[in-house]
Amino acid sequence: MPQDWLNGLIGGGLIGAGAGLYLLGAGRIAGISGIAGNVVDGLLDGLPRRALSAWSESLLFALGLLLAPIPFLALGGEIDIRIAAGAPALIVAGLLVGFGARLGSGCTSGHGVCGGSRLSRRSLAAMATFMAVAIAVVFLGRLV
Amino acid sequence: MRKIVAFLAGLVFGLGLLISDMANPARVLAFLDVAAIAEGTWDPTLAFVMGGAMAVSALAWLIAYRRSAPVFGGSLPGAPRQSVDARLLGGSALFGAGWGLAGICPGPALTAAGLGGAPMLLFIGAMLVGMVIYNRVDRMLTAAPA
Repeated sequence: MPQDWLNGLIGGGLIGAGAGLYLLGAGRIAGISGIAGNVVDGLLDGLPRRALSAWSESLLFALGLLLAPIPFLALGGEIDIRIAAGAPALIVAGLLVGFGARLGSGCTSGHGVCGGSRLSRRSLAAMATFMAVAIAVVFLGRLV
Repeated sequence: MRKIVAFLAGLVFGLGLLISDMANPARVLAFLDVAAIAEGTWDPTLAFVMGGAMAVSALAWLIAYRRSAPVFGGSLPGAPRQSVDARLLGGSALFGAGWGLAGICPGPALTAAGLGGAPMLLFIGAMLVGMVIYNRVDRMLTAAPA
């Protein structure tokens, strides 16, 4: 428990490094809802040739996330994924997260890590909104 | 080269989520549960993660502002839009409600897809359906005369 904040800082630094690498290497924002949404939109709307390389970059970034547990576990990392929500709550939460992040143009990574760190007005407003609502929902969850 | 960068960036980003334990929904909820402050059991880890991530990301922006183009071609993002509108705030509120309900957001969901069993896959499926619905609604809104 005492070293949790240190793991948080180190892990956070790596999250920022991944976002920085994507920005400086490829000029793109590491917003995961935007990346996943780009992949989904490409599949639904079809891909003109000029959009193909951006789409495949999004897909490869997502693939990097999906495969990250392999080096983590190989290096001796340990993680215990605990999900308290039941199936109905997970479905509602997933729908809200997917739809809401697309409508609001970003989530914790795009507005939080990327937009917030360049002090974008829109990202700061989005962050304040989703943090406040999430905290309120968790608080209400205590009452029921 | 840009494709290798994209893959490596995702990999490093995911490793960060795993090392910080943010891929674990219980850990995220423990931060959002501010009533635990009064009980002395509040978990501030997410604040350290966000602080570390934003500090490194801010550094990358400072370097980006001094460059005319990304290292491996293409163009850098332009200045951010300024308008705080209903779509931004409404979408963020819906996103926040879902995030508070399960403690899962898109990055941790994809990172823990292979670790979180059926519940995580259920969340991811619903999240992708939510994005498909947005795609359709957005098309209808854009097609409708203003």
